[in-house]
Amino acid sequence: MIEWFAWTQVAVAVVAGLLCLVLGLAGRVPNDLVLGSLALVELLLVAQVVVALVAPAAGNPPTGSLLEFWVYLVSAVLLPPAAAFWALVDRGRWATVVCGVAALAVAVMVYRMFQIWTVQQA
Amino acid sequence: MRLLGESTDMSTPTTEPTRATRRGRLSGVGRVLVAVYGVLALAATGRSLVQIVEKFDEAPLAYSLSALAAVVYVVATIALVRPGRTWYRIAWATIVFEFTGVVVIGALSVIRPDLFPHDTVWSGFGRGYLFIPLVLPLLGMWWLSRHRPAPAGAAGASDAAEDVA
Repeated sequence: MIEWFAWTQVAVAVVAGLLCLVLGLAGRVPNDLVLGSLALVELLLVAQVVVALVAPAAGNPPTGSLLEFWVYLVSAVLLPPAAAFWALVDRGRWATVVCGVAALAVAVMVYRMFQIWTVQQA
Repeated sequence: MRLLGESTDMSTPTTEPTRATRRGRLSGVGRVLVAVYGVLALAATGRSLVQIVEKFDEAPLAYSLSALAAVVYVVATIALVRPGRTWYRIAWATIVFEFTGVVVIGALSVIRPDLFPHDTVWSGFGRGYLFIPLVLPLLGMWWLSRHRPAPAGAAGASDAAEDVA
């Protein structure tokens, strides 16, 4: 994992998550801003998949379990589309909150992935 | 949602539970609860999968517990979503099981850490998961208690449920 990129992902996911939570609690149904922020989180995750595939070959191997890392990464990649899909199927303010929860979960997962990659036995 | 409930309460006090039943346990804040349960189920399943594949021999008890907890979280998530009395009971059973687990294993892991040298979802009262495993069952029980399904027999048809209630 690339350190600055990992932190960028965490930051973007936290901002997106808080934004969705605030919008949701304010009673907004999922709009372009909500889905757009989720799309950005997802885009960064897909880029992370590419980084994770290339990095070991480029002299940046994980120090922790590669299996655990990929379980986290695959789960994280699945979350934003699932939340967005649910938000489109059943629109409502709580759908926006769910999007926020998904983005915050991604933030935690990326942080854990970064730990697995860089800090052995965190 | 609560505003709607209050307004109907004024005229016909019995419509509120019917509305909740008809719209299911998936309405309102319940969706957020289900979403968090889903994420926890995913996290627990993924982690226990890794533990079992990579190092089951090191701590069979802890990792078996992790796997059991993961399965229960998955079942609880499904039970929260599905309508009907049976799923309602299953939801109660799984959530009570989770709460017992997090309290008992959490207490044991603090009092006798030697028993649990390896982390489970429930170690330290769910410390590794931001204490979500401790808080979530409480919210789940609160949510379930407010969303009882219609009496048996009325569960099939929503229109019938309205008449009965």
